[in-house]
Amino acid sequence: MHTQDLRDLAYLLAAVLFIFDLKWMSHPRTAVRGNWAGVFGMAIAIVATLVGEPMTWQYILTGAVIGTVIGVVMATRVKMTAMPEMVGILNGFGGGASVLVAGAALVMAQRALAAGTPFGMQERVATAASAIIGAVTFFGSYVAFGKLAEFLAVKWDLKPWQSAIKYGFAAVTALGGLAYALVATFGGGGLPEGAAPLVWGTFLCFAAVGGLLLLRRSRFPGMDALKWVAAAASLALGAMLVVQPENGALFWLLAAVSSVLGVLLTISIGGADMPVTIALLNSYSGLAGAATGFVINNNVLIVAGSLVGASGIILTRIMCKAMNRSLTNVLFGTLGPTSDTPDADEVYRTVKATSPEEIAMTLDGAQRVIIVPGYGMAVAQAQHAVQALAALLEQHGSQVEFAIHPVAGRMPGHMNVLLAEANVAYEKLREMDDVNAEMEQVDVAIVLGANDVVNPVAITDPKSPIAGMPIIDVSRARNVIMIKRSLSPGFAGIPNPLFAAANCQMFFSDGKKAINEIIQAVKEAS
Amino acid sequence: MGTFVAAFTVFVLAVFIGFEVISKVPSTLHTPLMSGSNAISGITIVGALILAGQPDTPRIVHLLAGVAVVFATINVVGGYLVTHRMLGMFRRKR
Repeated sequence: MHTQDLRDLAYLLAAVLFIFDLKWMSHPRTAVRGNWAGVFGMAIAIVATLVGEPMTWQYILTGAVIGTVIGVVMATRVKMTAMPEMVGILNGFGGGASVLVAGAALVMAQRALAAGTPFGMQERVATAASAIIGAVTFFGSYVAFGKLAEFLAVKWDLKPWQSAIKYGFAAVTALGGLAYALVATFGGGGLPEGAAPLVWGTFLCFAAVGGLLLLRRSRFPGMDALKWVAAAASLALGAMLVVQPENGALFWLLAAVSSVLGVLLTISIGGADMPVTIALLNSYSGLAGAATGFVINNNVLIVAGSLVGASGIILTRIMCKAMNRSLTNVLFGTLGPTSDTPDADEVYRTVKATSPEEIAMTLDGAQRVIIVPGYGMAVAQAQHAVQALAALLEQHGSQVEFAIHPVAGRMPGHMNVLLAEANVAYEKLREMDDVNAEMEQVDVAIVLGANDVVNPVAITDPKSPIAGMPIIDVSRARNVIMIKRSLSPGFAGIPNPLFAAANCQMFFSDGKKAINEIIQAVKEAS
Repeated sequence: MGTFVAAFTVFVLAVFIGFEVISKVPSTLHTPLMSGSNAISGITIVGALILAGQPDTPRIVHLLAGVAVVFATINVVGGYLVTHRMLGMFRRKR
């Protein structure tokens, strides 16, 4: 057997391990084993790549050491509440790597072409696809990260570290474009004829990306038109690159235009739509890897990339369904109040504000309690307090469960991660449909920092912007306690009649403080 | 076109396997599944290593591929490690 055959068999083994990784990851009992399968698969693929060929080591070792240090620091330091940002930014690194690998492979192919080796159609198309998908993923993920970390497209003043990233990254992007243009124009052999507009166009695109990243709002007039222009330009340039693969400047212009597209596609997406965005970017990062697999004709990249692409699409669909919105609507539409939306003052006439003591009385003797957490719990970092309250109520004889809406929070499974961090048992986390079926038997539903996902107009008002969105219908529970800082609307911008319902008490407070006060009141009452 | 058809076949079949394998994921595992599958997409590291290790190659190839090695390594190491941390939290209570 040849070395290459052995290597390909090792890649096959790696691909099989990745399949087991995903299979085992979809069951709680086998998930840890699944992750290890992935680790071994990756290790096998890496070793198989490095063994048996003469290699230049300094770039590999330097890159691997730097990457490992950054990866370890990020993964061990990140707080569980910041997990959406972490997953968001990780997606981007895969995309970025794909663009760079395709760019490097293109230089090699151009050399081979000059020496007489033909450059196949598959590799040409895949190079263009890697540039487009990879650049969209890289900049889209950065924007998702920046929006989740609340420093991109916001009006308020930033903390020093937020400013440092925001302005630093925008400057590096624009200056990187400038440096490329200067080196291409004046360095080495100078520009080939006709390449000047491409090179300076690349600079302009990266400068535009830098500018867009400084915006203090998520939308501007003409934005949707610009998205279409950028998308069409990417496809056109991609086609041109396929025809003239020897033109390296085209590749970088293509990557630059796709970067603009990546920023535009994600910067307008609102917070509550983030779970869809993160899942979609996850899918893109896989597809970028698969495209790179076609560039270098490597099956393990194609298999691993398409597995991730498929899993990301499944998650995207689950998230879209949970909001009753189409993907197009999330990417291009807006969600907001319509002219039919009732006036908030009218809806909220009968709102009852309550106190920790009253809540303790309501909870006293309650047999079944469900807690519905939302993004507010993550913001207030209230997960440990919530677990303490649940444990206390169980001591008092209540059965306490958590009802999790699929899109609660800022990424798929966000609430589950936080509650797991606070040691809430997996069995107590109930899914929306199961809880809804038993809602009449619930004595007290405590809603913490959630709004749209419990708004009954999704069922009662077919004209509402959230009509048809599946909700956790706490309005059917005997008592509802809403913990919220104010009556301000949720992401959809519409009033919630539940707040004024006869069985609902509003407790206006910060999530963590509120829960701690309730714990205190329950202890004093008993 | 022979190699292309073979590669494309692999691609299409792998997409179907992906859909089949993870069609029913409990929502508790959505986040770890995303970070874990994201680590898999760091497989681009194989491409980055091949190009960064080429002897006798223009500097630019080494530089581009070297940065790609950094990115892909962050993706792989960070992805698997953070997934492991999260899964540890899910398990502790059982």
